[in-house]
Amino acid sequence: MTDQIEKVIEIDAPVSRVWRALTDYREFGTWFRVRLDGPFVAGEKCGGQITHPGYEHLRMEVVVQRIEPEHLFSLTWHPYAVDEGVDYAHEEPTLVTFTLAPTAGGGTLLRVVESGFDRIPAHRRAKAFRMNDGGWQAQMENIARHVGQAA
Amino acid sequence: MSDKRPSKLAALRTRATVFAALGDETRLAVVVKLLSGEAQSISRLTEGTALTRQAVTKHLRILQDAGVVRSTRIGRETLFALQTRPIEDVRAYLDQISQLWNDALARLKAFAEE
Repeated sequence: MTDQIEKVIEIDAPVSRVWRALTDYREFGTWFRVRLDGPFVAGEKCGGQITHPGYEHLRMEVVVQRIEPEHLFSLTWHPYAVDEGVDYAHEEPTLVTFTLAPTAGGGTLLRVVESGFDRIPAHRRAKAFRMNDGGWQAQMENIARHVGQAA
Repeated sequence: MSDKRPSKLAALRTRATVFAALGDETRLAVVVKLLSGEAQSISRLTEGTALTRQAVTKHLRILQDAGVVRSTRIGRETLFALQTRPIEDVRAYLDQISQLWNDALARLKAFAEE
């Protein structure tokens, strides 16, 4: 069972290059498809107009949490808050954490974890789900398998 | 015309309610007891716990409101059973976000490797 989405991707570019693609707001906007109003600053909000085809009428807002150069970048947001007319401000935000590590071949291993979809603390939930072998656990294993494969 | 919006909002609220309903140790314990698939009475759900019947009733109501548990009356007894639909909805939601991440990271990779 997992309440988080975890992705690991190997990028054939040095850590410094990937770091810039992640944390320079213009570069981030290019691949994420959002026109951000300004740079990412730890502890501050950052927002912009989405440029993803079909979603151009929407804005995205994040709060930058940590910026540890060439190692870790994290932010909170409302995950894919794409339904117009829905006030997401009262929803629990999720935490997105990017971590970077160099690979032996000069590339970058990028890990992305999005957590907080569910407020059950992980250790307690894991214990609860070990206690049974019923349908619920099967459902949760499906999630884990899916997320694992997708990574 | 705009009947899509309220249903989306409703779906969002439902999901938040499911997460909130499960974010409690006692309720999670109740859910675990119901995993066998067999409908159970309040007495049985209270058995072996330090909880009062009233406390279990209160937690069952929250689970019911979230749609995770449904009750049926059989004679003089009310039985509670687990509903899998809200869990499947939550799973579909995570699937969707997972796919969006795959797409975004593929674009990031292409962008950084340019």
